[in-house]
Amino acid sequence: MTYTDEKLKDAVREYTLRLADDRMILSHRLSELCGHGPILEEDIATTNTALDLLGQAKLYYEKAAELTNENTSADDLVFFRNEREYTNVQLVEQDNGDFAFTTFRQLLFDVYDILLYSELINSKDEGLKAIAQKAIKETKYHLRHSHDWMLKLGGGTEESNRRLKDAVDWFWNYSGELFYSDEVDELLIKEGIAPDMSKKRDEYYKTVNKILVESELDEMDPEVWMHSGGRNGRHSEYLGHTLATMQYLPRSMPDAKW
Amino acid sequence: MTEKNQDTQWPLWEVFVQPKSGRAYQHVGSVHATDGEHALQNARDVYSRRQEGIAIWVVPAVDIVASTPEDVGSFFDPANDKVYRHPTFYKIPKGVNVDVH
Repeated sequence: MTYTDEKLKDAVREYTLRLADDRMILSHRLSELCGHGPILEEDIATTNTALDLLGQAKLYYEKAAELTNENTSADDLVFFRNEREYTNVQLVEQDNGDFAFTTFRQLLFDVYDILLYSELINSKDEGLKAIAQKAIKETKYHLRHSHDWMLKLGGGTEESNRRLKDAVDWFWNYSGELFYSDEVDELLIKEGIAPDMSKKRDEYYKTVNKILVESELDEMDPEVWMHSGGRNGRHSEYLGHTLATMQYLPRSMPDAKW
Repeated sequence: MTEKNQDTQWPLWEVFVQPKSGRAYQHVGSVHATDGEHALQNARDVYSRRQEGIAIWVVPAVDIVASTPEDVGSFFDPANDKVYRHPTFYKIPKGVNVDVH
């Protein structure tokens, strides 16, 4: 899809890049667990999710690269942008912690992703629409899996419930940024390209709270102070370390092929 | 004394995948899981990564009743000299799909 209006084109690029960065960083976090799963089957499940997200990120980066200029590739966007240029929400860059942390971070993202994709499949941008149609199937499974683990950890032993509670306390204030909105979103909502996620916020917290109760945890209050800044390149201490690992090879050997 | 080779993981489930609509489910392997839904998800993640099929069954391995090696003689040998039980004397019409496992 080509855009003649430069302002609109830039907004679509920025929006696509945000989608890409969220999935890239979460995928990288999950991939760090490859070989460390609590059990073989879960190791494969976590890695599958990481690969799904990487696949989605790749499609978004290719689109964003096209909208940047003809000399920019998807790899350039992934490996040669610094921390301040990354626009992912801070939720996805947080440390893996224990398995309860990994599970709850994933749940917060999956519930959001389903709501996003349910709307993005109607986008007037054909490229975004096509990616959403493919991704929503994967995301439905991600949510089914993270939801099931919430029930297991919450309803498991005293220790697993306590650990899950710790994870909820840690991540809760990172959930609000998923609903960050600025002039990029406003323009694209007006053009029918991006969904208005502020309308989905209530449903999001209702769903998450329902799962918390099912998991034998207390409901949480969405109307508390929330972290933000990721969309504008301000990140927590974790992203820089993550990028250092992720970008090391292409930066040391820029033209390496494998 | 502790038992050697004891499985310290979750209970074992046997996994059966249906390759296509109408075909018989085939045993493809096993997974560890705590319950049916969990077993189904693990089976999906381990055995359906390359579009192997369209449906999955999972069955608790402990619920499978199996013959023992000692049963081989009495179960299978009597069929040894009864070739007439094989439908090899018929010509199979063209177009009939026969699964050979």
